[in-house]
Amino acid sequence: MGVAAADSEFHVLAVDDSIIDRKLIERLLKTSSYQVTTVDSGSKALEFLTTNPNNHQEVEVNLVITDYCMPGMTGYDLLKKIKESSLLRNIPVVIMSSENVPSRISRCLEEGAEEFFLKPVQLSDLNKLRPHILKTKIKHQKQQVQGEAKQEEEEEEEKSEFESPTQQEQQQRQPQQPDNNKRKAAMEEELSTDRTTRPRYNDIATVV
Amino acid sequence: MDRNHLLRQVAYMKNSLFDQGYLDREQFTQLEELQDDANPNFVEEIVTLYYNDSARLIQNMEQTLVNRPIDFVRLEEILHQFKGSSSSIGAKKVNDACTQLKEYCSAENTEGCSRTLQLVKQEHAVLRTRLETYFQMVREAG
Repeated sequence: MGVAAADSEFHVLAVDDSIIDRKLIERLLKTSSYQVTTVDSGSKALEFLTTNPNNHQEVEVNLVITDYCMPGMTGYDLLKKIKESSLLRNIPVVIMSSENVPSRISRCLEEGAEEFFLKPVQLSDLNKLRPHILKTKIKHQKQQVQGEAKQEEEEEEEKSEFESPTQQEQQQRQPQQPDNNKRKAAMEEELSTDRTTRPRYNDIATVV
Repeated sequence: MDRNHLLRQVAYMKNSLFDQGYLDREQFTQLEELQDDANPNFVEEIVTLYYNDSARLIQNMEQTLVNRPIDFVRLEEILHQFKGSSSSIGAKKVNDACTQLKEYCSAENTEGCSRTLQLVKQEHAVLRTRLETYFQMVREAG
């Protein structure tokens, strides 16, 4: 299960209505070796995240970093929409703001933002991104592998008669998932439970 | 002219801009750190972008103070954008003037807003001249 070490494999979507800040965040991210796409609104961000022009996921977004104060859809609104979407909720989201408002910060973290950066964002802030991306990627890959293995297994069971449980099957005995369709939903369930119970106090400290 | 001499002049100009409070040392240095062989003019590019964008924002702010009744909410919105980009390029004196303007805006003090908006424009213009000279020197130094 090779987790890619090179950041240039990671794609960040940056959302900001300010053209200066878009240029800045793009340069910051590229200097940190990320692939970058910038958009100027939350609605364009959602469009980008949910459109698959070639009918398969070539452009995988590994993290969304968004300004808080934007006309129309705010960064908070965008965060909510991402976390409410079964398709997108696994994507880590980071909020940026020029204003240090503790209640705003708490609200964003409670809604599922990984970090809250005060603007202007520094290179050192971006060092905090990788763990969030890797954690999500590892989880995803684990589930993919488990999913594939389970699928193979179920196919084999159909062919053969009753066999004693293999080691793989024992590892997978977490939430009971009788059929393939429910597997994805259950995975997401697991993830969202994990998210809400994760302590947040550490994250608030990063803002000061 | 000797290149080292030019480079020293560039450093001297930059330090003056920091010491005199025109530029935030930390932020401007961060911008310079983002320059590399592939993006050798990033700082000048972003500053140019700032001046193009902020000219429009200043005009819009002036317009709000001309309209009656004055839409202080709108003024504050535009100011928020303007202050944000000023802060991104490290425009310290401009930023400080914006803070003053913000206070008068919250207080809905028309006279205060007009006065401090003029101050914002002034600082904005002075910095532009200083930076133009600075970037010219940078280019000469190669």
